[in-house]
Amino acid sequence: MLYGTRLRALSIATLITMTAAFGLAFFYAPMDADQGFMQKIFYVHVPMAMVALGGFVFGGIMAIQHLRTGDPKHDLRSYVAIHLSLILGVGVLVTGAIWAKASWGHWWVWDEPTLVSFLIVFLLYATYQPMRFSIEDRERQARYASVFAIVAGAFVPLNFLAVRLAQAYTHPRVFATADGGLPAKMQLAFLVSLAGMALLYVTLWRYEMASKHTSAQLRALRRKLSGDDAVTPVGRTAAPSLPTT
Amino acid sequence: MTLVLAQATTDALPDNVGYVAAAYLVFFALVLVYVVIMASKLARFERELAELNDLADERRGGLAGAREREPEEAGTR
Repeated sequence: MLYGTRLRALSIATLITMTAAFGLAFFYAPMDADQGFMQKIFYVHVPMAMVALGGFVFGGIMAIQHLRTGDPKHDLRSYVAIHLSLILGVGVLVTGAIWAKASWGHWWVWDEPTLVSFLIVFLLYATYQPMRFSIEDRERQARYASVFAIVAGAFVPLNFLAVRLAQAYTHPRVFATADGGLPAKMQLAFLVSLAGMALLYVTLWRYEMASKHTSAQLRALRRKLSGDDAVTPVGRTAAPSLPTT
Repeated sequence: MTLVLAQATTDALPDNVGYVAAAYLVFFALVLVYVVIMASKLARFERELAELNDLADERRGGLAGAREREPEEAGTR
C-alpha cells in the first residue's frame, strides 16, 4: 500500500474542514450562557480528546490484526496510531488544564473523574514506547506491544463511560446533558470540529506511515546498490522496522 | 441610554479571551512542531536519495568502463 497516494487531497480536505470548524465555532455558534467566551475551548479540546481516544482503540484493532496475521505492517500501523494519539493526548491535557483554570480557577482538579481517568489512560500509553524500547528482539517486541495495545485499547472505552457515570458536576457539561444537549448551532460547530480533527489525525497518520515506508525503501535501495555492509544496523529502537528486502 | 449604547458597541474583547487563545495556540503549536519534524525527515530522505543517486551513477560509470575495456582485452589476446 502506498500511503502517500491521495495525501494531497486529504491534506486540503483537512485544512478546509478545520478552517470551517473554527470559523463556525467563533462566528456561528452562540455564546454559552453559563461559561461565556471560554466555552470556545470546547471546540478544540473535546474533539481532540475523542480523536485521541479513538486513535488508541484503532491502535488496538491494528494490534489484533498483527497478532492474527503476523504481518509487521499492522504492528507499524498500531505503533503510529498510538504515537499520534499520545501527541494529541498532550494537547488534550494542556488545553483541559487551561479550560480548568479559566472555569474553576485551578489548573487541575483531582476529584474530577473525567480528568483523572484521561490522565490514567494517557500515562498508561506513555509506557508503550519505553516498553517497546526495553525489548531487544524485534519479533518479541512487536508481539508484546500488540498485546499491550489490545489490553489498553479495551480499557479506553471506560474513559467514555466515566464521563457518563460521573456524579460530580465540576467538569463543564456542555455536550449531551440531560437537559437536551447542545443547541443546534453549537452541535453543528462541534460536529464539523470533530470531523476536522478526525481528518487531521488520518492525514498525519498517513504522513507518518508514508515516511516510515520511504525510510524502509531507502534502506532496501542502499542494500541493493552497495550490499549489506553499507547499511548500518538499525540498533535498538522503539519503532517497528519493516522488512527491507 | 448613552451608556448602554456605548457598551453595545464596545471593541473590548470578551472575558477569558487569553485562555481561549492559549488553548488554540497549544493546538496549532503541536501541529506546527509535527510539521517541522516531518520536514526534517523529508530533508534527510532527500539527502539519502541524492547519495544513492550518486552511487548509482558511479556504478553505471564503472560498468560502462568495464564494457569498454572488454573488447580491447579480447583484441590483445
